[in-house]
Order: sequence, then C-alpha cells, then structure tokens
Amino acid sequence: MTAAAEGSPPLRMTRARRNALLQSEPVQGFVLISPTFLYALILLVLPILVVIAHSFWTQHYLTIDRTFTLENYRIALTEPIYRDLLWRSLYISLTVSLFTVLLAYPIAYFISFHGGRHKSLWLFLITIPFWTSYLLRVMSWKVILGYNGVLNSGLMGLGIIDEPSTALLYNSSAVIITLTHAWAAFAILPIFVSLEKVDRTLVEAATDLGDGPLRSFLRVTLPLSAPGIISAALIVMIPTVGDYVTPKLVGGKDGVMIANAIQAQFGKAANWPLGAALSVTTMLIVSLMAGATVLIIRTLQRMAR
Amino acid sequence: MPEQPQIARPQSDRSMIEIKNVTRSYGAFKALDDASLTIREGEFFSLLGPSGCGKTTLLRMIAGFDNPTSGSIAVGGQPMEGIPPNRRPTNMVFQSYAIFPHLNVEQNVAYGLKRLKLQGGEEKRRVEEALAQVSLTGLGKRLATELSGGQRQRVALARALVMRPKVLLLDEPLSALDKKLREQMQVELRRLQQAVGITFVLVTHDQYEALAMSDRIAVMFGGKIAQVASPKEIYQRPVNRQVADFLGGMNFVKAEIVEENGASLVVDTLGFGRVKTDKPKAFVRNGGGATLGIRPERLRVLWDNATAKFEVAGKVVERHYFGEITHLIVEIPGLEKPLSVTETNDFGADDIPVGTPIRLAYDPEALVAMAD
Repeated sequence: MTAAAEGSPPLRMTRARRNALLQSEPVQGFVLISPTFLYALILLVLPILVVIAHSFWTQHYLTIDRTFTLENYRIALTEPIYRDLLWRSLYISLTVSLFTVLLAYPIAYFISFHGGRHKSLWLFLITIPFWTSYLLRVMSWKVILGYNGVLNSGLMGLGIIDEPSTALLYNSSAVIITLTHAWAAFAILPIFVSLEKVDRTLVEAATDLGDGPLRSFLRVTLPLSAPGIISAALIVMIPTVGDYVTPKLVGGKDGVMIANAIQAQFGKAANWPLGAALSVTTMLIVSLMAGATVLIIRTLQRMAR
Repeated sequence: MPEQPQIARPQSDRSMIEIKNVTRSYGAFKALDDASLTIREGEFFSLLGPSGCGKTTLLRMIAGFDNPTSGSIAVGGQPMEGIPPNRRPTNMVFQSYAIFPHLNVEQNVAYGLKRLKLQGGEEKRRVEEALAQVSLTGLGKRLATELSGGQRQRVALARALVMRPKVLLLDEPLSALDKKLREQMQVELRRLQQAVGITFVLVTHDQYEALAMSDRIAVMFGGKIAQVASPKEIYQRPVNRQVADFLGGMNFVKAEIVEENGASLVVDTLGFGRVKTDKPKAFVRNGGGATLGIRPERLRVLWDNATAKFEVAGKVVERHYFGEITHLIVEIPGLEKPLSVTETNDFGADDIPVGTPIRLAYDPEALVAMAD
C-alpha cells in the first residue's frame, strides 16, 4: 500500500488508508462491539471503580474522608457478623449450584437424548415459568412453604404432621429451595447445549468396546459434557452469592445473606465505604470460588478416564 | 487368553457369521429384504453397493446396534438375538472413526481393555502391540485432536483389534481419506487382516476397494443381495446388468437366445454374430431376449493388417485420454450403442484420430450373458 501511495496526492492516500482501516477485521470487530462496550464501560466498569475507590475511604457522618485506609477491609474480614454472613452466602450459593446442576442434568440429558422431534417444545416449556416476574415466583414459594401453606396443609391432611411446621419457611433451606427452582432453566440450557455436541457415535463406540449404558455414560457422555456443567455451575453460583431479594422474602432472620448487609450499608446505615469494602471482598471471594469450581470439575473429568 | 497364532492364511471353510432370511423394515420401507449370507472364518468379506442398499444396516445388525425385524444372525455359532453390542464378539471401526476426543491415543486403544482388569502390565503390552500393528508406535501420548485423518483411522483400527474380536466390522473406513492414502491403506488393511487372521467384514460403495481387498464380495441393491462371489467372478461373471454396471464399465449388447442347455447358451447378436457362452448359474430366461456384456479392456485394437479370429469393425467417434490409458468410443454398424474400448497407451492408442475406421479383436470367453 505504501509503495503505491508514495506518488499519489495526499487526499487519495488518506482515503486508501481509511478504506484499508475499515476493511481490517479487528477494526470491524471493534466497531461492531463498540455500542455495547461503551455501555458496559460507563455503567459497569466506572461504577465498580467508584466502589473500589470508596472501599479505601472513611465515612464521617455526612462527609467522606478520602484518606487511604484499610480499616473497612479489617471490619469486613474480622467482624463476626460479616464473616458469618459471607460464609452463609457462599454456603447457600454452593449448595444451590450443586442441587441445580444435579437436578438440571437429568432433564437436559432427557431432552437431548430422548427429546426426539420435540426438543424445541421441551425447551420452550422450560422457559414458561420465566414469563412471570421473579418476585411472583419467589412469593409463590412463600405460599407453598408458609405456616398455612400448601405443603403444611398437605402434610397435615395426610396425617404426617399434627400441627403446621415452622421449619419450612424463613431459614436458609427456604432460600436454597427457592433459588434452586429459580435458576434451574439457566442450568438446563448450557448442559443441554454441551450434551447436544456429544457425538452419538462415541457412545456407540464405547458400547461396542464393551461398556454398558452406565459405564459409557460415566466414561464418555459425562466427561464430554463437563464444559456445560462448568458453565451451569458458574451461571448459578456467581449471581446467587449476591442475591438479596430471595433472602429478604423467604429467608427470615436465619436466611440473611451478605448482599442484605451490603444493601443496608449503602441504605439505612449510610456507610458507603464499608458497603463498598464488603462488595469488593465478596467479588474477590466469588472469583476464587468460581476458579476453584472449574479446577475441581476439570480434575473430576480427568479422573473419569 | 491364549496367544494369538501367527498363521499366514487362516481362512477356512468354517462359517463365522450366519445371516438367515434377515429383513429390516421401517414401516413399509424395507432397508433389508430377506437377506441370507454365510461369511467364513478368517475371510475378508465386503458388502458392496450404492448408498441406501442396506449394507450399513446389515453391518450394524451384526454389531448389535440394530435388530432384524425378522430372520436371525449368528456369530461364531452363537445366535445373536437379544445380545447387546457390548457383549458381542465383534468390534467396529466407525466411518467417522469415533475417536474419544478427551483421551489420548493410548487411552483410546486401552478403552475396552480397562474393563477386563488385566494383570501385570498385560494391558500396556497389548496396547503397544496393537499400536505396532497399525504403525503408530511412539504416538501413544498424542491427543486425538493432534492426529491426521489417516492416523485417526489407525487408532480406530488398533482400538478394535486390541479387543481380539472374532469379527472386525469396518463401516466405510477409507471413505474420508484422500485417494493416495486410501490406496495405501487398502494394501495395509489387507496385509493386517492376513497377519491377524480375524474375519473382516467391510462395508463400501467403492468397487475398486472391494475388488482389491476382499476374498469374497456381496453386491447389494435395494435391500437385496444380488450376488456373492470372489472379486474375479463378480467382475468377470456378473449375474445381471445391475451388478455388471456397478463394477466398472461394461458394454451391453442386445442378444437373441438361439439355444439354451445346462451349461451353455447360444445367442445371436448384431455386432458379434452368433456366440456360444457359459450359462451363468443364476440365469433365468425371461422371454427370448438376453444381454451380452463385454468389458471395455477385453476389446483390443487391431493395428495395420493384424487379424484375429474374432473381430468387429467400426469407426472411432470419441477419444478420451487418461494418462496411462485411452478410452475410445467406437461405433459398430448394427449396434444401437457404440462400444467403449480401453486401450493402454504403449502402442499409440492416444494418437488414433476421431473418425478412423478401426477393427477390434475380442475373446469369446470374455463375453458374458445376462438375463434381461
């Protein structure tokens, strides 16, 4: 290009250069993603930077002291209440991810391997609960698990219990049940996609080499669908750590999670720096946990050989 | 398990696979229609036919991935009905090779052995042996994704052979390879089969592949077995026009039956005159007509004043050059279709101008009669 452009007038040169620039693939790519990228930059990256900055400052009643301090992190990590809330949040999100994946896998497997012509119908049916609001779905669990709820009335009607149980609602189990149901579809879809990609001839080859149905599943189908399991686990785990609507509605005193504490610091307690430190700590721990999950599933996958 | 004897040619007359009146229907469609077949022990057997002829269906039924609607299949004298693929004494090389992508070459080959829980390094020894058989020694640690098409094919072969099956089933194993590699693998497969002495059943739509490798071939059309014979017999004595047409080129000439008896047939043709030929075993007379066939390479160009006992005269109307051979299309007065002639290029057939009058010599032995 430069050799050809050397003798030409400046105007033509810039046009040639601009055309070359527009035709290059990386540039086209950046142009394509730029609206979303700018949107994410302004509404995601900048706020996070603001939060990180706040976490190193101090609140003095109505003003913020901008001298650097690690005091907020000391409180976030050593204060028993925050430590407990963080542990409980991690425990709930891990349990929810585990149960969601365990329950979603058979459904995804059924649709992928036995769905036949009706695969899209099945997938469509799975999305139906999402036509209603998330709040409505959480509230309906309240109806099921409550003191005079469906479950209690049913169990009493069957004579299994004499008086309504209060152990069903307003604790971490209620949060786990509600979240597992709420996130099921998000786990089914990635697992379904990874199962769809498993070449059926491979299962036949395993059978041909002497494996029964269970062995060929454990040695071929399961390891090859590991990417779907990883995505499903992460998709459920990461957002549930920070959920504050579900614990607020069905968690009661024992189901409070870290996000409720963060919300309180930014709201009623009006201590933004502490809220920010709690947020950053949670983010880091979730990242570590996600990394650990990926490693564990990969190791299990390798062991399946 | 006893050591495998290294016999050069263990083919015997004992039957290994007995297929009796097998039909496989899908609704009204019959993928396989009353097929009966005996495959002998130690034989390299090919199922040859165009796509949709039922050859793969038959192979999958021997492997156990599909079941006959009616009829029976026995392998090694044992009826296979109700026996799932994982308990059959057969192993398969899949068309797509089906190499496990999450395992390396060694792990792929050892896949079926793991269940046997072999003691004292026996598993490792057998994997090494299988890899050596397919010339993959030293590539054991490679991942499936790092292999070429030919190497993947060898892994699939080693993975099945290491199980020491009674029968190795091969589903179009060479169709994904390029021409050069395919021809090389044909020779290697044949050599391997002779070395291990296992019965091989190959499914292919490539007639040259079947001719080059097999001891016997079953030619199939539309779910039916048309002919079972050695490659030479199938090529030289096809039972009908369909078989003749499928295996290489064939000139067909209309004929009138003059005389028919036990072993021979006398027919009148326009181009070749009155000809006496062997009567094919499966010949069933259908009216007074028959078809006489002759392979293009069995017609020879007569140069200058050379004469032959049997000859036909005509005129070159087309010439096609193929490097080592030339295809001549020769119009013969009285024949409705011109004859195609294949001549090697060592005498200058590639220089014969179109329009030249020409005489062709033939051996009446090369003429084959087929029912209409």
